[in-house]
Amino acid sequence: MAPVDKSKIPWWVSNLIVPLVNLTLALLVSGLFIFIAGENPYEAVRLIIYGSFGYIEGFAYTLYYTTNFVFTGLAFAVAFHCRLFNIGGEGQAYIGGLGVFLVAINFSFLPVPIIWLLSIAGAVVFGAAWAFIPAYLQATRGSHVVITTIMFNFIAASLMVFLLVDVIRDTAQMGPHTVALPKEQWFPSFKDFAALLGIKIRYSPLNISFLLAIAASVFVWFLVWKTRWGYEMRAVGHNTQAAIYAGISPYKNIIIAMCISGGLAGLLGVNEILGVHHKIVAGFPAGYGFTGIAVALMGRNHPIGIFPAAFLFGILYQGGSEVTFDMPNITRYMFVAVQGVIILFSGALENLFRPQIESFFVNRLNIKASA
Amino acid sequence: MVSPILELTNINKSFGHVHANKNINLTINKGTIHGIIGENGAGKSTLMSIVFGLYQANSGTIKVNGKEINLRSPKDSIINGIGMVHQHFMLVENFTVLENIILGFEGELVFGKNLEKAKKDLKDLCDTYKLNIDLNSTISDLSVGFRQRVEILKSLYRGAEILILDEPTGVLTPQEVDELFKILRSLKEEGKTIVLITHKLIEIMDLTSEVSVMRQGEMVGHTKTENTNKEQLAEMMVGRSVLLRLDKSEVKAGGVLFSVKNLTVKDDLDVTRVKNVDLEIRSGEILGLAGVTGNGQTELLEALSGIRKVESGEIYLEGKKVSDSQNFLDPRELKDKGLAHVPEDRQRMGLVTDFKAYENLIFGYHDQQPFSKSSVLNHRDIISHSKKIMEEYDVRPQSPNLITSNFSGGNQQKIILSRELNENPKVLLVGQPTRGVDIGAIEFIHQRLIDMRDRGAAILLVSVELDEVLSLSDRIAVMFDGKIVGEKDNKNVTDRELGLLMAGVV
Repeated sequence: MAPVDKSKIPWWVSNLIVPLVNLTLALLVSGLFIFIAGENPYEAVRLIIYGSFGYIEGFAYTLYYTTNFVFTGLAFAVAFHCRLFNIGGEGQAYIGGLGVFLVAINFSFLPVPIIWLLSIAGAVVFGAAWAFIPAYLQATRGSHVVITTIMFNFIAASLMVFLLVDVIRDTAQMGPHTVALPKEQWFPSFKDFAALLGIKIRYSPLNISFLLAIAASVFVWFLVWKTRWGYEMRAVGHNTQAAIYAGISPYKNIIIAMCISGGLAGLLGVNEILGVHHKIVAGFPAGYGFTGIAVALMGRNHPIGIFPAAFLFGILYQGGSEVTFDMPNITRYMFVAVQGVIILFSGALENLFRPQIESFFVNRLNIKASA
Repeated sequence: MVSPILELTNINKSFGHVHANKNINLTINKGTIHGIIGENGAGKSTLMSIVFGLYQANSGTIKVNGKEINLRSPKDSIINGIGMVHQHFMLVENFTVLENIILGFEGELVFGKNLEKAKKDLKDLCDTYKLNIDLNSTISDLSVGFRQRVEILKSLYRGAEILILDEPTGVLTPQEVDELFKILRSLKEEGKTIVLITHKLIEIMDLTSEVSVMRQGEMVGHTKTENTNKEQLAEMMVGRSVLLRLDKSEVKAGGVLFSVKNLTVKDDLDVTRVKNVDLEIRSGEILGLAGVTGNGQTELLEALSGIRKVESGEIYLEGKKVSDSQNFLDPRELKDKGLAHVPEDRQRMGLVTDFKAYENLIFGYHDQQPFSKSSVLNHRDIISHSKKIMEEYDVRPQSPNLITSNFSGGNQQKIILSRELNENPKVLLVGQPTRGVDIGAIEFIHQRLIDMRDRGAAILLVSVELDEVLSLSDRIAVMFDGKIVGEKDNKNVTDRELGLLMAGVV
């Protein structure tokens, strides 16, 4: 097949039709899994939709998951614009959570809104610091960030277990978690807002961090496309040689991109610590850092794509737990597999059908144009 | 007596909206050297790729020796006796000549009889056509000229009767070109047919017996070479008459603006590539640096523009030292001091091809007013600036939002030139300004460089095109093996002299 002239492809074919086709295929394959497991795929889809949209708390859960995926998806995307494959979001989020907690507990004498702002800053600084070391090694020694960031995930996990067991554990009990933050420091939850409006709903972890996720998306869009920093990062990412020619330092930009990436991943800690657990519990990043990679790839590393992709994964997380609850043959791991299939089709196999779809549309449009 | 060996009738080929070949008819006679000439993007390479089976035509017929054939892959072409030497050689660097030639045609699992036969056949071919190749040498040890001969030998060994050469002289020294032409002539004597794709008129006049001219996907003329001349061919190529020699005013050189003293530079592999070079460029003059690719010009340009560290020696801008082995200004600081650089390789260094045109039009100047204010890019000013200079430099299409890789090579080059010249630099370093650029754009680019010079800029022009160096420069320095081996005034120098210097003979 002759290659299609890239400039002739309408943006909506590459950015909407192709992801939708990939997603549909992934869902068809997933449906097959469910069928083989002995359950009705239609029923499973109905349960997913009911679980994630059907009642107010379910929808709140969906948005709570979305919040986490937005943070880690944006984190991956920023580094990727500088062609850095930061798969250390998990560790950076973990350390970011440590930052949130340490700031909140040590500055508890300050007014609450200020504590919040400082805690958010703490999350960013700690997350960025954790990304800084691999960034520095990449920039000065050429140690590949894929290797170093994944090792830093393990180091972060071990460090946190050490801290949670031996240093900052709530000594009144035996579990690996800290004391709770004072109640007035907790982020207002969705339930609280509903109560203000006189609506009584049950608990859900959704809290005002969701707004922070929206703000972070706007920030990333502005940073990458509207500032000199983003411009330089993209130049280094696309063509390092040319960047050097133009006087743009790859060294500086690798470090900046990774630190911003780590800072964004750290924001996951804000949602989890201030919004949900109100203390550090062992293993709170729970794989969001990794799923964020898929979210970013599916969202084509643009906030406008990342948000819906994060929402989709939110639906799967929330709807999936509804399915495992109601369908005895479907285990939790089944839904990990479903996510895997989606990641496979929208990440690794992203370009499987792209040429066919693109040339199909380009040819159709040509016929229309010449008719 | 004259019998057609290759006949193309009504060949059409489109890529999307682009009609690369329109109703092409071409007849090539047996035992001739047939030139195909045209600007970049005229469709020459597409047409020959169809003949070689790399592309399939949308319509039309191809006949070899009067018999209609169907070419679906290069394999079909080879079977029909068509061979092609590409611009970029298709050789395995760490294989020997023999291994490269039999690659894909080994014939047996354990080398033995077939290999001996191949060796004998190849030796015979080498002798017949005076190729003078040692079959056991490794490709990476061979010069570019010899690698090209290996490609020719490969085609001949596979039974090529028609040999297509795509821009074969682009990478050769004048002496190597002479050798190549000798080989091509002896091939012709032996009854082979040669199709020469080129944009160099001089080669057409020198070598071919017939010539076909393409323009914008169409065949605009066929003629016997003896019945035409360079000016006429050039006019057919571009559809209007062009000036081959530039109107250039007498040089009015001022004081020394840029100088280099005893400069030594190493490359990434720690090999010394520039050896004790001294240069001086005065205001209002163009110093041409001639030389075959790979003799240190690239490293010299990179050192002068602040990209590469200086090993020893000094660089002075307006009498002030800007770089030595201890202290050096980076590219951005040099830009601020009025030094602009058009790099040799536009896609590797001069542009971010995935960027939109407007992003490349401010590349390197993006942190200056009015393009950015306190780190925020000012899109309105950037776009209006881009529109303005795209119009001024006739960049087509004039759409700042188009991704740069969608522009043609010539227009990409204009994007870089407009960006660098627009700043009115005092010193301009230019590498290969017209590589892969069509004639219309070459003329435009040359005129701009002359204008810069007349305004008092000091220009260093590095080019492998001897014609370009000769027509633009006021003084010419020749670089060979990292050293400046000669410096001549443009008025009293011949191509022959320069060629010998470039080859390191004198």
